[in-house]
Amino acid sequence: MRLPCPICGERDIREFYYQGADVALNRPAPDAGEQAWQDYVFLRDNQPGEHRDLWQHESGCGAWIVVSRNTVTHLVSGAVLATDIKRTQA
Amino acid sequence: MRLRDKGTVDRNAPVSFTFDGVSYRGFQGDTVASALLANGIGLMARSFKYHRPRGVLTAGSEEPNALITVGRDGATDPNVRATVQEIYEGLEARSQNAWPSLGFDVMAVNDLAAPFLGAGFYYKTFMWPRAFWEKLYEPIIRRAAGLGALSGKAPTDKYERAFAHCDVLVIGAGPTGLMAALKAGRSGVDVILADEDSVMGGRLNAETFLIDGQAGSDWAATIVGKLAAMDNVRLMPRTTIAGAYDQGTFGALERVNHHTDIRDGKAPIETFWRIVAKQSILAAGALERPIAFQNNDRPGIMMAGAVRSYLNRWGVAPGKTVTVFANNDDAHRTALDMQAAGVHVAAVIDSRATAQAQGNYHLIKGAHVSGTSGRKGLESISVRTSTGIDTIETDCLAMSGGWNPTVHLTCHMNGRPKWREDIASFVPTDGSIPSMITAGACNGDFSTYACLRAGLEAAKKILSALGKTAADVALPEAEDAPYNLEPLWAVPGKGRAWLDYQNDVSVKDVTQAATENFRSVEHMKRYTTQGMATDQGKNSNVTALALLADATGRGIPETGTTTFRPPYSPIAMAAFGAGAEGKGFAPERKTTSHVATVDAGAPMMEAGLWYRPSYFPINGEKNWRQSCDREVGYVRNAVGVCDVSTLGKIDIQGPDAGVLLDLVYTNVFSTLKIGRVRYGLMLREDGYVMDDGTTARLSEHHFVTTTTTAAAGAVMRHLEFVTQVLRPDLDVRLMSVTEQWAQFAVAGPKARKVLNDLLDDPLDNEAWPFMACGDVTLSGVKGRLFRISFSGEHAYEIAVPARYGYSLFRLLTTKAKALGGGPYGMEALNVLRIEKGFITHGEIHGRVTAFDIGMERMVSAKKDCIGKTLSNRVGLLNEDREQLMGFKPVGAVKQLTGGAHLYNEGDEALTKFNRGYLTSVAFSPTFGHFLAQGFVRGGQARNGERMRMVDHVREIETIVEVCDPVFFDPKGDRTRG
Amino acid sequence: MAKLTLKTPMDSMAPMTIGTVTLSEIDLGPMTSISPYKGQGKALSAALKAAHGMAMPAANRATGRAEARAIWFGREQCILAGIDANTGLAVHAALTDQSDGWTVVQLQGAGAANVLARLTPLDLRPAIFKRGHTARTDLMHMASSITRTSDDTFMIMVFRSMAGTLLHDLQSAMEGVASRG
Repeated sequence: MRLPCPICGERDIREFYYQGADVALNRPAPDAGEQAWQDYVFLRDNQPGEHRDLWQHESGCGAWIVVSRNTVTHLVSGAVLATDIKRTQA
Repeated sequence: MRLRDKGTVDRNAPVSFTFDGVSYRGFQGDTVASALLANGIGLMARSFKYHRPRGVLTAGSEEPNALITVGRDGATDPNVRATVQEIYEGLEARSQNAWPSLGFDVMAVNDLAAPFLGAGFYYKTFMWPRAFWEKLYEPIIRRAAGLGALSGKAPTDKYERAFAHCDVLVIGAGPTGLMAALKAGRSGVDVILADEDSVMGGRLNAETFLIDGQAGSDWAATIVGKLAAMDNVRLMPRTTIAGAYDQGTFGALERVNHHTDIRDGKAPIETFWRIVAKQSILAAGALERPIAFQNNDRPGIMMAGAVRSYLNRWGVAPGKTVTVFANNDDAHRTALDMQAAGVHVAAVIDSRATAQAQGNYHLIKGAHVSGTSGRKGLESISVRTSTGIDTIETDCLAMSGGWNPTVHLTCHMNGRPKWREDIASFVPTDGSIPSMITAGACNGDFSTYACLRAGLEAAKKILSALGKTAADVALPEAEDAPYNLEPLWAVPGKGRAWLDYQNDVSVKDVTQAATENFRSVEHMKRYTTQGMATDQGKNSNVTALALLADATGRGIPETGTTTFRPPYSPIAMAAFGAGAEGKGFAPERKTTSHVATVDAGAPMMEAGLWYRPSYFPINGEKNWRQSCDREVGYVRNAVGVCDVSTLGKIDIQGPDAGVLLDLVYTNVFSTLKIGRVRYGLMLREDGYVMDDGTTARLSEHHFVTTTTTAAAGAVMRHLEFVTQVLRPDLDVRLMSVTEQWAQFAVAGPKARKVLNDLLDDPLDNEAWPFMACGDVTLSGVKGRLFRISFSGEHAYEIAVPARYGYSLFRLLTTKAKALGGGPYGMEALNVLRIEKGFITHGEIHGRVTAFDIGMERMVSAKKDCIGKTLSNRVGLLNEDREQLMGFKPVGAVKQLTGGAHLYNEGDEALTKFNRGYLTSVAFSPTFGHFLAQGFVRGGQARNGERMRMVDHVREIETIVEVCDPVFFDPKGDRTRG
Repeated sequence: MAKLTLKTPMDSMAPMTIGTVTLSEIDLGPMTSISPYKGQGKALSAALKAAHGMAMPAANRATGRAEARAIWFGREQCILAGIDANTGLAVHAALTDQSDGWTVVQLQGAGAANVLARLTPLDLRPAIFKRGHTARTDLMHMASSITRTSDDTFMIMVFRSMAGTLLHDLQSAMEGVASRG
C-alpha cells in the first residue's frame, strides 16, 4: 500500500503511522458536554467505503495528513495536510 | 532417456548431483526432474496421504508430485519442486514422505485402507473420545501424512529483501511478455520483465514453433538479448511475482543462488522484492490440466505439454513408447514432436469423435483411457472405445484436458475470474487489479501469433496510460492454430481418478462432498482438501469445480471459484522475514558510554531500542544484588554516575511554546521561571496518564522537555499531532535533541564536588538550587546542567554534545571513584527511585489516571489540557479505584515480588477477591528489606493496614503493610541540601 | 583540568569497500536545524541567502555544495551543514544545534543505488531521484535522510546512536550486491 504525502509524494505504507478517523481534527471545547467528548474520543461509525483518516508521515517529513481512501476498493483518492484543513476551517 | 541433438542443455557442461544418495549426471540447464528422467528415474516421490508412488506430472512450478528436499542442516529446503530446482555440481536432493525408502514405503498401506480414508475421514472418525485427538490420532496422522520436514536448525542461508520501481512490470516472459517488454522498452519507459523460469521465453523453449522463420527458443533468446541491452529494462529471471497488492505494489521472490553452490553467508540464496509499478501487464501464460481417469497418477503419466518440454527443451524422452490422451488438438503436437525425435508413439486417444489426425500416427477417436497399470511406473493403459476395451503397452502417457489461463494474480485483490465457454476455462475479469492489463494465454489467447499480437497491444495501451508515444515494433509471423477442444473432466468408471495429486483428492471425494451437501465450492474445498496443498490446486481446481457443478446440477459460472490468494507459489518464511533476523530485527541504539560500559563488564539490558547497563560488577561480587547494593550505596553515601542520555529530549521553541506545554501537560509551564525545571504529567485525551518528565526553561521562548526512554517516539508524535492537527495556529517549533546531547546523572552527597572538578565555573547552592538549570562550560565545551534528582539525593544531570560523551563519562566515573563512588546501572537506579517513591512506566502503564497515582492536584484547575475533560469522569475519581501505595513485608516471608496480587487478610487468593497488585519491587540496602510500589483498591484509606500478597506464578506468599510510597527522605531535605 | 576529547559516531571508521561500492563516514561540520516561525518563510529564506548564500531548499531538495549545504529535513525544516548558522537567523526561525545528533556516511560507487534498494522503499531511479534530491525515508528499520550528491554517491544520515546498526545493514546489503558481480 502506498500513500500520497502532500509534501513528499507517493510513499510506501511503512513510512506512515496510522492514527484513526479525522474526527480527531475537531477537539470539542472543555465544556462541550459528555456526549460530544464521548463522540470525539471513542465513537466511530466505521462503515465500509469512503474513509478519511489521519496518518503521520512519521519516518518521512513528519507531516500529519488526512488520507481519503475506500476500505472496500482500497483506492486512495487523495491526501491533504492537516494544517491546511485547519486553515480552511478557521 | 537423453536424445541426441535435442534440447538446449549444455552438453559440454556435465553436472553431477545426488538423489537419495545415488549419484547422477546431467547437464548445465537441467532441472532435477529433467536430469532424473534422462537417467530413467521416473519414481520421485510418494503422495501426501496414501503414499502412492509418483513421478513428475509437469515441467514447471505447478508441479504437485515431485517434491524433494535439497541441502542439509541449516541450509535444508524441504518441498522444493524437482521441476524448478536446477542442478549444480554437488547438489544433494532427497525424496520425502517415504520410509524406509522411496521404492518401498511402509506407509503405502494407507493406500489399501483408502476406502476408509475418503473425504471428511478425519472429521468423521476422530471425533471421540476427545482426549484421543491430541494424544493419539494427531501424532499418528502427522507422522503418516506429511511433506518434507524442516531441519530444526537455525537457517544458515542468507535471505535478502529489496525494493524496485518501474513504469511497467511485465509478468511472464513468454511470447506475450517478450513482445510487450520490447515495445515498452523501445518506447523509453522503465520496464521490469520478470519470469519464474531460469530461461526466458516461456513455452517457446518447450515447443518447436517458428517465429519469423526462426526457432522459437532462438527468437526468444534474440529478444532477451535486445532487452538486456536497454538501460531502461531490467530482466528478472528466476523471479516469481507472488502477489499483487494495493497501489501497484507486487511481492516477488527471486531465487538468486538455488542453482549454485554459493553459500558464503554474503550472497543471498533468495531475494524477496517489493516491486512498485505504475502499470503492469500480466502475461503469465496458461497451465495444462489433467483428465481424471482411474489410476491417472502413475509415474510416467504426465501432461502432454510437459512431455514436449522435456523433449524440446531438455532433450529427454520421458518414455520409450509414448501414448497421448486428450480432448483437444494441441496435445497432438506431442505425438508429432515425439515422432520427429524418433520416439515411438503407440497411439493418440482423443475423446472427441470428430478428432482429426495431424500426422501419421494411430488415432483412436471418441475413446477414453479408462485405467492404467504398473505399480512404480506406467506399464500399460486400458482404452475404452465403442467396441470394447483394449490394452496398450506404454511407459509414458501424455495427457491433456486443455489449458487453464493463469489468472491467479488477478484474484489477489478480490477479483473473480469469468467463465469462457469456448475454452472451457476461466479468464481474468478486466480491472481486477488497478492499472493491470492481462494479455496472451492468461487471457485465453492460445496461439503463438495471438500471444505476440496481444503483447504488442497490451504495451500500446499501457504506454498510452503513461502518456508515452509507443515505438513501432513489427508483429512477427507465427503459428495461429485454432484451439479446438471439447470439455472432458473425468472419465466415467469405477476406481479412484485423481484430481488433486498433491493432496490425494479423487473425483469420488468431490462427488461425495456434494452428496453430503457440501455444495458451496469453499465448503467442498475444505471438506475434501481439494486445492489446499502447496500447489494450491493449480492443476486441479477448474476440473474439481466442473465436477462439483455437475454433481450439484449447476453450471460452472454459478458454482463459482475458490479464492486464489498470494503467494502464487510457495515462499519460505525466511524470505518474507529477510534481513529482519538477528541484528536486523531492530536497530540497536547505543549511548556514547556504551563502549566504556561494556569494557567495565556491565551486562546490558534493553530499554526500548536502547542498551543500558544493568550493573557494573567488580571483583569478588557473586551476583547482581551485591553489585546493585554497592551502587545504591554510592549514591546514598558518596556519588554515583549514570548515563541518562536515553531519555527523550525535545527542543520546544517559539512565542507559543508555553501555551503548547500548558496544553499537553496537566500542570502550568508558561509561568516557569527561566533557568528552572518543573516536573510534568502528560495525559492522553481519554484522561489516562501518557508520560511524565521534566521540562526546563532555557529562555523566554525556549524549553527543553524530557520524556521517558520508552515513550520518546510516542511523545514526539503526540506533540506534532497537537501542533499540526489541534493547534496549528500556535507559533512553536519542535525538534528532537535526544541524540545531540550525552547526558549523565551525577547523584549523591558528593555530586557537586565531582562536577566542580570539571566545570569551568564552580557551583554553589545559591546559584544552583534544586530544580535550577542553565548553561555551563567544561574546559571550554558548552554544556547544560539540570539540578534534578531521580534518587532523592543531591543530584545533577549534565549534558554535553554527544561527541564528548565517552570522554565525559570516563572523567565522571574516575572522579566519582576517587570519592568512594562510581558508575551505577539500571538495577541501582530502580532501587533508588523505589526508595524515594518515584514512578516509571511500571506504574503509569496506560491504565492509571493522575488520581490513581495521587497526582490529581497536578491537573490544573485554571486551564484546559489534553485529557482533562475525560479525566474528570465520575468513575475515574472514585475513592474505590486502585491507588498507588507503598508496601513493605511484615510476614514471615520477607520477599516481595513484582506482579504479585493483593488480598484482604482472611480472603482466599482468588480472582474475585483480588484487591490490587505490586508493580515495582526492590530490595532496599538502605532499609535492609524489600520495598514495593503497587496499586490497591481504596489505597489511601488503607494506609497502615496489613494485606496478603500472593504470587501464584512463583508460589510466594507473605503479609505486607500498606504505606506511603515515599520511603526515603519524605521531606526532601537531602535533595535540596 | 582534564580536557574532553571527542569521538565521531562511527569512531573514525576507515572507509570500507565491498565490490564497487565504498562506505565512508563523513564529517559535515556544524549542523543546525532551522524551522521558520509562522509567516517567516520568505524572510528566513532571504536572511539565509544573505548570510550564507543559499535559499531555503524546496521540499525534498538540497542546496549548496560540499562545504556548506542546506538540506531539506522534513516539514518546515532544513539542516544547515558545514558552517555555523548566523545567529541573526534566530529572529525568523527556531535554530537547534544538531552537530552531534546524526551519523553521516557516504555511499559511493556504481551499485550504490542497488545497495540502498536493499534497505529503503524510496524510488531511487536516476530520473526520479536526481542529484540534489533528498528524502526523509526508512532505511531498514531506521528513520533516515538520504541525499543524492552525485550520480553514484549518496549521503545517508541516521540517529547517532544507530551507527552500529547502519554499518550492519549497509554491509550486509553491500555484500549482497557485490555477490551478483
